[in-house]
Amino acid sequence: MSELTIAGRTMGSRLLLGTGGFPSLELLAEAITASGSELVTVALRRIDVSGASNGRGSLIDVLAQAGVDVLPNTAGCHTARDAVLTARMAREAFATDWVKLEVIGDEDTLLPDAPELLRAAEQLLDEGFVVLPYTTDDPVLARRLADLGCAAVMPLGSPIGSGMGIRNPYNIALIREAVDVPVVLDAGVGTASDVALAMELGCDAVMVASAISRAQDPVAMAGAMRAAVEAGHLARGAGRIPRRHYATASTPDEGRAEFGLRVHVD
Amino acid sequence: MILLNGQRSEVRAGETVAAVLARLGLGTNARGVAVAVDGEVVRRGDWDSYALPEDARVEVLTAMQGG
Repeated sequence: MSELTIAGRTMGSRLLLGTGGFPSLELLAEAITASGSELVTVALRRIDVSGASNGRGSLIDVLAQAGVDVLPNTAGCHTARDAVLTARMAREAFATDWVKLEVIGDEDTLLPDAPELLRAAEQLLDEGFVVLPYTTDDPVLARRLADLGCAAVMPLGSPIGSGMGIRNPYNIALIREAVDVPVVLDAGVGTASDVALAMELGCDAVMVASAISRAQDPVAMAGAMRAAVEAGHLARGAGRIPRRHYATASTPDEGRAEFGLRVHVD
Repeated sequence: MILLNGQRSEVRAGETVAAVLARLGLGTNARGVAVAVDGEVVRRGDWDSYALPEDARVEVLTAMQGG
């Protein structure tokens, strides 16, 4: 599979892995290996001020051991201001200027808040961040984000964690045409076929979290997603046949036998 | 009174950020940790010298699993 390049960083894997939802750090580590992912997201949250849990094996250690790069997110932020502050904290915590920018506008669907997202992206780009925005499947908004200077766009297939797959494949294909930066399908994946479809639609990569971490066997699903990314990417490159309304015989009629009524087969 | 991650704390004004982290068992080389005071990031290099003002609101964040 050809390499993926985002903002000058080249990766052998086209699967981005979210670390949320894994029942244990051990399973996360195994799933990272099985997925082949080289870029994984993490969130920032308040440290336990009782100090009770600060000594335990840390997520950062697991990720360092796995040899993957960290992509901090701004999950849970509802305003541009909060997202910008969180990104600045992430830059300090993880020594990276990359950020997966999420600005949520609705509690039930966790859909992005477009005006706040644009505002936050503009501010963070001004501050030198490499911004990967989580966005709706709106080709116009994706183009606006790319025009601002975002390093990639991350449209949703369907709401985060819903497992509904890609609700509007047409829009994802339009986004692919609308921007020159990498398109990373970001949310809603339920199973491997969703990932393959995203790649077939022309996405450069897919980000998966819950579909792996909350699967009955997360490590097996990580392997399935890896295979699906590769299959979809290869199929996209190979060029699918057009859809037709009626059958087109794959075996030629020429040379076909014409059996008379008197022919006996014993 | 200083608020540490939203909770009343025994931290006093004048203590450094490094001292607050030490209370939490964290050194100044702690990986994956960031500190903000009153909504502004305090850079790692300033943790030793940054003294908390009266009624400071301190946020100490770290990496958590997240999509």
